[in-house]
Amino acid sequence: MSNERASSAAPVKFYQTGTFTVGNRLLDAQQRSVQASTERNNSLTSGHRACQGCGEALGARYAIDAAMRATNGQLIAANATGCLEVFSTPYPETSWQLPWLHSLFGNAAAVGTGIAAALRVKARKAGLAQSAVRVIAQGGDGGTTDIGFGCLSGMFERNDDVLYICYDNEAYMNTGVQRSSATPFAARTNTTMAVGPRPGEEAGQGKNLPRIAMAHEIPYVATATVADLRDLEAKVEKAMGMHGARYLHILVPCPLGWGAASCDTIKLARLARETGIFPVFEAERGEVTQVTRIRHHVPVEEYLKPQKRFAHLFGPKGHPDMLAQIQAQADRNIRRYGLLDQETVA
Amino acid sequence: MLQIRIHGRGGQGVVTAAEMLSIAAFEQGRHAQAFPSFGSERTGAPVIAYCRIDDQEIRLREPILAPDVLIVQDPTLLHQVDVFQGLQPDGYVLINSKRSFHDLGLADIEARFRHERLVTVPATEIALKHVGRPLPNAVLLGGFAALSGLITLEAVDHAIRTKLSGKVAENNVAAAAEAFAFIQREMEELSHA
Amino acid sequence: MLRQMEGSRAVAEAVALCRPEVICAYPISPQTHIVEGLGEMVKSGQVADCEFINVESEFAAMSVAIGSSATGARTYTATASQGLLFMAEAVYNASGLGLPIVMTIANRAIGAPINIWNDHSDSMSQRDCGWIQLFAESNQEALDLHIQAFKLAEELSMPVMVCMDGFILTHAYERVDIPKQAEVDAFLPPYEPRQVLDPAEPVSIGAMVGPEAFMEVRYLAHAKQLTALDVIPRISEEFADRFGRASGGLVRGYLTADADTIVVALGSVIGTLKDTIDDMRADGIRIGVLGIQSFRPFPLAAVRTALQHATNVVVLEKSFCVGLGGVVSTDVRLALSGLQLHGYTVVAGLGGRAITKASLQRTLREAIAGTLQPLTFMDLDWRIVNRQLAREAQMRRSGPIAESLLRDVGPIAAKVI
Repeated sequence: MSNERASSAAPVKFYQTGTFTVGNRLLDAQQRSVQASTERNNSLTSGHRACQGCGEALGARYAIDAAMRATNGQLIAANATGCLEVFSTPYPETSWQLPWLHSLFGNAAAVGTGIAAALRVKARKAGLAQSAVRVIAQGGDGGTTDIGFGCLSGMFERNDDVLYICYDNEAYMNTGVQRSSATPFAARTNTTMAVGPRPGEEAGQGKNLPRIAMAHEIPYVATATVADLRDLEAKVEKAMGMHGARYLHILVPCPLGWGAASCDTIKLARLARETGIFPVFEAERGEVTQVTRIRHHVPVEEYLKPQKRFAHLFGPKGHPDMLAQIQAQADRNIRRYGLLDQETVA
Repeated sequence: MLQIRIHGRGGQGVVTAAEMLSIAAFEQGRHAQAFPSFGSERTGAPVIAYCRIDDQEIRLREPILAPDVLIVQDPTLLHQVDVFQGLQPDGYVLINSKRSFHDLGLADIEARFRHERLVTVPATEIALKHVGRPLPNAVLLGGFAALSGLITLEAVDHAIRTKLSGKVAENNVAAAAEAFAFIQREMEELSHA
Repeated sequence: MLRQMEGSRAVAEAVALCRPEVICAYPISPQTHIVEGLGEMVKSGQVADCEFINVESEFAAMSVAIGSSATGARTYTATASQGLLFMAEAVYNASGLGLPIVMTIANRAIGAPINIWNDHSDSMSQRDCGWIQLFAESNQEALDLHIQAFKLAEELSMPVMVCMDGFILTHAYERVDIPKQAEVDAFLPPYEPRQVLDPAEPVSIGAMVGPEAFMEVRYLAHAKQLTALDVIPRISEEFADRFGRASGGLVRGYLTADADTIVVALGSVIGTLKDTIDDMRADGIRIGVLGIQSFRPFPLAAVRTALQHATNVVVLEKSFCVGLGGVVSTDVRLALSGLQLHGYTVVAGLGGRAITKASLQRTLREAIAGTLQPLTFMDLDWRIVNRQLAREAQMRRSGPIAESLLRDVGPIAAKVI
């Protein structure tokens, strides 16, 4: 087919923004992403030691840069032990362009609570209603859904003034790809090997931290992926405009742990959303308030096939029953969150 | 050094009694040390609290093994716990009961110790009358002041008002005063007996 | 001002006088009364400009403390026993990061078997964690040590544990002299952190350190604790000058100068020992007691100086290293390297076992007579121990030890002690 030009009378539909991008240059200055700005903070600046194609490094820079812009640079971060911590601060170097504290694996949320408490006292002593300096605590899925879960739940329950960001790559990548409670069904890790009659992760579907966060009825819960830069930035900005406990769960593909090509990080994140496997939504005080609908609905195979951690599901010795189970989970998400509607291009 | 051991049950204010006693002694310019028997006390379980009173700093931290004074807040303990263990030969005993030592089956105790230092007082009834609750602890301190003369009723009142407040404190002060008068009368009778 | 109050309340009053900015706490007996008191003082406004945070675990308590201290707030928490173990990872982290947090340990045994009563196992389990550990002999000293602790911690940028015997001190009502706010303010200046999370001057705290510098970081922590050997007595002297009483310091002797036999001990048992020693002195026995106020850093030189002229050294400790013997005695022995003294370790008071003057005097007389075992468990009930050993020798499935022993002990409600 020849590439015919649209009729000059027809308006150009610019829904292709963000990561379906036609480029920031075509947008108004206010609509451009934080990352598109030469003024961006580069909070996690270059030179760190993350792997090629690391979703977590991207996600962290996007999120923290957006938070830095939202707070006018008045930000402190607490970081859990994990890839993000290790690759960003090999002694005596640091990639962090903001005050940053790493304490332990399981306590980032509580450390965030402590920072916020100190800031509150300082503000009160200075005669201010609240501190201009804001707090982010962040960690991977292990530090969030497993070992740091108690501290996180405590921080939520007390409604401490902390935005907690989980960079979810669905396993313990820092220690060499072991299963976490966020590891999805059927995924191969080094502690859920692709052997036996039910290869890979056998349990359900991974601990659903966003819904657990919602159950705490905190002011704001959102999910995002590194595929939707503008959406991610908007959610960080919205979160920083609020006070109390907030939770942002970002899906960050890990080329190493997922057995995927470094160049596919964004694509996989997008497919996670477009299959319905990773619902992207916002919730306030326990109620879903916004859902990012699927634009090009695709079966889960499209998301799973490029990842070696799911390779055992395919081929002559594959496991169609397990595939069907994953598809059913995606379908359930689509129903639960209403991810498909008339705007969807099937 | 004067050593007081208080026996009672969880919920009767045994520990508070020892603490009030120490406050009363402190009020009179003396050194005092009160401490509980450190159990995970549950309501109704036997509880012991201790108080030492001295004119110099009290350094000793052992439980009171040889008390000069025994206060028994609950007479049902008498046949369950060896409350008289280690009591000094010239020690004082104050038991919360309407009944006499003899009627309580404590004839042997009467024989072994100085009978004019062994008294009972219906502290629960006095507490119910003034406070409206069966809490004999403050009442017994009023009785102890009368029995021993070692602390004043005024110091006991001060201690009650330190630990309790408002109407509850004043009701307990009134109850302590009644116990004080009751024991004074009883001791007069004992001295004439 | 002289007041008659519970030890826990006295500590709460002392902490309040130090103008804390963040207090976080998780309840555990026998620490609870301290944080209950502080919680009320913060809520009522008696302690102004302070955040009191009820956390969900001891691990969170220390983690919150790490965050707030690193943000420049004067930070306090308290725990005991299992709570200290549960926060252990963060305890090491706080000292590794050099954060001047002050924490009360209401000393209590560690289970299993679960036991809420006093001994020093909890503090001793953390003796290598890089915190300064001070032990209080009385409630007055516990109160005073907290005021000194903040000054010490902040001067060195190093966390301090103030250890006080659970129940024996925390729940004891006694006379304490509570300083005036102005006096404490003059003694303890506002906290000026060495490192702080500040957007105006961003720093990264908590970087990974590899083999190339880890030993140096560790050595510096040690060097700093050695500095504390000078700072602790100086602060104690300054405190004495201002407040008119001696509290804290490294070690404190009682009738040690001419003593042939010296008992070494920590915490409230020193009081009972002093009474025992007075009784024994009345019988012409030359005996004294050396109280160790600073267990970490361990004052090797001061201990050696105090003990070197004695013939018998008896370390009486409420802690026990299974498979070896004493914990404190190991350190005391190091202080006495090369000296030929008769050394005894007496483990006493574990899990709240009462330490009585009578038992102490009997044990110490045995030490003087040379008949005491080098490692002695004071007042051990050999009857039930031997019955259990026999039971285990007799049958494989002898059951849970604690439960079997309790059956042998019989009903305890009838006993006074």
